[in-house]
Amino acid sequence: MLTYLVKRLLEMIPTLLGITLISFFIIHLAPGKPTDVLAELNPKITPEAREKLEKYYGLDKPIIVQYGMWVKRVVGFDFGESFSTDRRPVMEKIWDTKQPLLERRLFITFMLNLLSMFIILMIAIPLGISSATHQYSLFDKITTLVVFTGFAMPAFWFALLLMLFFGIHLHWLPISGLKSVNYESLPLAGQIWDRVRHLILPIFVSAFTGLAADSRYMRSSMLEVLRQDYITAARAKGLPERTVIYKHALKNALLPIITIMGLSVPGLIGGSVIFENIFGIPGMGQLFYAGVMQRDYPLVMGILTVGAILTLTGNLLADIGYMIADPRIRAR
Amino acid sequence: MAVIFQGNEGLASHEPADIVDISDQPTYGDALITGSIGEPSVLMPMLAGDSASHDVAGLIFNGLVKYDTDLGVIGDLAESWDISPDGLIITFHLKKNVKWTDGVEFTADDVMFGYKTIIDDKTPTPYKEDYLQVKKAEVLDRYTFRVTYGKPFAPSLTTWGNLVVLPKHLLEGKDITKSDLTRKPVGMGPYFLNKWTSGQEVVLDSNKTYFEGRPYIDRYIYKIIPDSATMFLELQAGGIDMMGLTPIQYTKQTDTDFFRNNFQRYRYPQFSYTYMGFNLKHPWFKDKRVRQAIAHSIDKSEIVDVVLFGLGSPSTGPYVPNTWPYNPDVRKYAYDLKTARHLLAEAGWVDTDGDGILEKDGRSFEFTILTNQGNNLRINTATIIQWRLAKIGIKVNVRAVEWSTFINEFVDKRRFEVVILGWSIGIDPDQFDIWHSSKTKEKEFNFVSYSNAAVDDLLEKGRRTFNIEERKKAYFRIQEILAEELPYIFLYVPDATPVVHSRIKGIKPTTIGISYNLYKWYVPKGLQKHRIEQ
Repeated sequence: MLTYLVKRLLEMIPTLLGITLISFFIIHLAPGKPTDVLAELNPKITPEAREKLEKYYGLDKPIIVQYGMWVKRVVGFDFGESFSTDRRPVMEKIWDTKQPLLERRLFITFMLNLLSMFIILMIAIPLGISSATHQYSLFDKITTLVVFTGFAMPAFWFALLLMLFFGIHLHWLPISGLKSVNYESLPLAGQIWDRVRHLILPIFVSAFTGLAADSRYMRSSMLEVLRQDYITAARAKGLPERTVIYKHALKNALLPIITIMGLSVPGLIGGSVIFENIFGIPGMGQLFYAGVMQRDYPLVMGILTVGAILTLTGNLLADIGYMIADPRIRAR
Repeated sequence: MAVIFQGNEGLASHEPADIVDISDQPTYGDALITGSIGEPSVLMPMLAGDSASHDVAGLIFNGLVKYDTDLGVIGDLAESWDISPDGLIITFHLKKNVKWTDGVEFTADDVMFGYKTIIDDKTPTPYKEDYLQVKKAEVLDRYTFRVTYGKPFAPSLTTWGNLVVLPKHLLEGKDITKSDLTRKPVGMGPYFLNKWTSGQEVVLDSNKTYFEGRPYIDRYIYKIIPDSATMFLELQAGGIDMMGLTPIQYTKQTDTDFFRNNFQRYRYPQFSYTYMGFNLKHPWFKDKRVRQAIAHSIDKSEIVDVVLFGLGSPSTGPYVPNTWPYNPDVRKYAYDLKTARHLLAEAGWVDTDGDGILEKDGRSFEFTILTNQGNNLRINTATIIQWRLAKIGIKVNVRAVEWSTFINEFVDKRRFEVVILGWSIGIDPDQFDIWHSSKTKEKEFNFVSYSNAAVDDLLEKGRRTFNIEERKKAYFRIQEILAEELPYIFLYVPDATPVVHSRIKGIKPTTIGISYNLYKWYVPKGLQKHRIEQ
C-alpha cells in the first residue's frame, strides 16, 4: 500500500509539469498582453513607453525562456507577482495571510462549495435511494421533475428571482456580498448570524441547481446494485428490506459517488464566475476570470497550478477511498 | 469605529420624506455607499490604469490644478500660477498649511518628487509622455514649483493634476510599486482610506482637516458588486445609495413611485463619443463619396432613440456638445437615401445584376463591421446600421471580438474594413494622437490612416498656444474638415445617468458631472441613516 502511494505521488510530478507546460503555452497563444490594460488605445502612451512596460514584465523574452523562469520560481513555491497594476504576489491574492481566514479568496470559495456539496450529498443520496427503491412511482417522477428543473434552470436567473423575492419583497435576506455594512459593530452572535444570512441564498441556489447529477447517479447506481444476485440472495434469506438496502446494497452503490466526489475537488476551489459575480462573492472564479481578461499570466498560471495539484490529489484521494471501500481493489 | 443602521430602509419600511423633521442645513454625519462593477487595483493615481482606481484615488489625492464646472482650469493645491508670455514656463504658487493625512506639511518637494517618479524609467505608468515634455523642473522655495517646457504645450497646465503629487517623506528611496502605499495610500484629499477588503469594499473616512473644509459625509464606501442586475437590486433594497444606471434602467425600471420618492436621477453628457471608423487604406473607403453616402443612409437620432433610449445626443464631431471646443455648424448628413444612392452611383457602385446588392468591377459591396464583445450598445448600433445599409444595397456583416484580440489582431494589424468603437476624451481638446498623419504606425491611434495636411497644421497650432480663442478657431476648423471628409462617422455622445438616494443633498449637476463637489454633499440630520462612531 505504501509503495503504491509513493509511486502515485511520484507519477504526479511529470503529469503536473505537462499540465503547466501546456497551460503556459495556451495562455500565451491568446492574442494580447497584460500591458494592454494600461497601454491599449490610451493616447497618452508612446511605443517606447510600451516597450519599457513589456520589458518590465519580462514579456520581451521567448515564451520557452519565460516558462523556464516561471518553473524555477514555482519550484521554490513562489508564483511570482501579478501583472495587474497592483503588483501583488499571486499567492497573496489567492490566500492573503494578512487578512482573516474568512476574507481569503480560496477559503471563501472552498467553504462555500464544501457546504453546498455537503448539502447536495445529504439530500441527493437519500433522494436517489428512494427513487431507486420506488422506481416509476409518483415520488420518483416528482423528484425527477424537481431535480431536472434545478439542473435546467440558469443559475443566474434563478438567483435574481430569489433576490427579488427574499431581498426586496420580503426583506428577509441580504442580496449580495458576504457581510453587512454594520458588521463590525455587531456582537459575535450577530456577526455569525449576519454571515449565515448572506450564505443562505448562494448555497441554496448552488445546491438546488447541482442536485440533479448526484441524485441521478445515486439512483442509477442503486438500481444497478439492486439487480445483482447477492441482493436476491439476501432477500431470499428473509432479511428485512431495510437491511438489504442500507447494509448490503448501499455500500456498493456508493462507489461511483466516491469517484464523483474525487472529480469535484477542483470544482471546490475553481468556483463559478457567473455565480460569484451575481452574488458579489469575492472568490476564486472572479479572480481567475479577471486574470484571463487582463492576460495576467502569473495569476492565471498560479490558479491553474493550484487547481492541477488539487485535481491530482483529488484523484488520489478517490483511489484511496476506493481501496477503503472495496476490498477487491485493496487486494491488487 | 462603526456604522449602525438606524432603520431598515426599503420598500416595506420607508417613511415618506415629508413627515421626517428636516432642517436643510448642511450637517456632518452619515455614510454614502456607492456601487461599482470593478474593483480598484492600486490607489496611487500615476500607477492606475482603470477607472475604479481613479474614482477612489481621486478622493484621496488632490492635484495642483483641477477643472472648474465650466471647464476652465482653477487652482487646487496651487493658490495661483503664472505662465510666461511665450508659454514655456509655468510657475505654481502652492497653498500653505496643507497637511498630508499623517500630519506632515505638503510642499513643493512633494510635487518635485512626484514628477521625478513619473518620469523614472522604473515606474510602470501609462502617463509618462506628458511629463517628458518638461525640459526643466525646479523647486524655487517651499511653496513655489516651476516647470519649463521646450515648446509651448497647451494641455500642459492641466497635466498638473493628481497624477504627480506624492508624499515624499513616505516614499523617498523606495520602490513605488512595492510600497505599502499603493494599497494604503496617504493623501491630503477630502477622504482617507480606512479599510480595503479585497473583492468586497473600500471604506474611506472623511479628512477632518481637509484644506477645503471638512466633508459633511463622514464615510464613503465603495462597494464592489460585479453584476449590474444585482447592483440594481441592492439599490432597491437599500444596500447602496448611488450607482450608474443603464439606459433601460433609467428610462423604464426607475420610472416608478418608489424611485421618485427615494432617489434622484441625474443626466449629463459623458466625455466620450462612439463612432464608426473606416479603414481609409481600403480601396472602397478611400472614396469620400462612399463615406458620405453611408453617412446619408444612417439615421443617428434613430440609434440614439433605440440603443440609448434617447439618453444621448447624435454627434457631429469629436467633441461633446455645449463645451467650448464644440462647433455646432458643421456639415450634417440628413437621412436621405436618394442622395446616398446618387453618391454611390457617382463612385461607380450600381446594382448591375439586380440582386439588390451594389456592384463595382464585378464585386459586390459587402463588408464587416467589427466591434468589441461585451459592449451591447455598440453591437446594437452595428445591427441598426446593418439594417439601414441593406436598404441602399450594401451588405453588412457584424462581428464582435473579445477586446485584446480585437485590438491586437484586427486594429493593430489594420485587418478591418469598418469598426465601431468609442473614445473617452479628455477635457482638453487636443486630439493630436487621433488625427495627425504621423500617428498611423502600428499601436498608434490614427489607425484609420487619416491624413490631411491642413488638419495636421491646425492640430499643431491648437496645442502650441494658450490663447483660448486661437485654439477654438483651430478646433472649429478641424471639425469642419472632419465633417466634410468623414474618416469617422461620428455617431453619438452617450449620457451618464447616475442615481443617488434622495436623502443626500447638495448635489449640483454640471458639465463635468456631479462628483466634483462630493465633499460638500450632506444629509440633513433627520434623514441620516448610518451613525459613524469614531
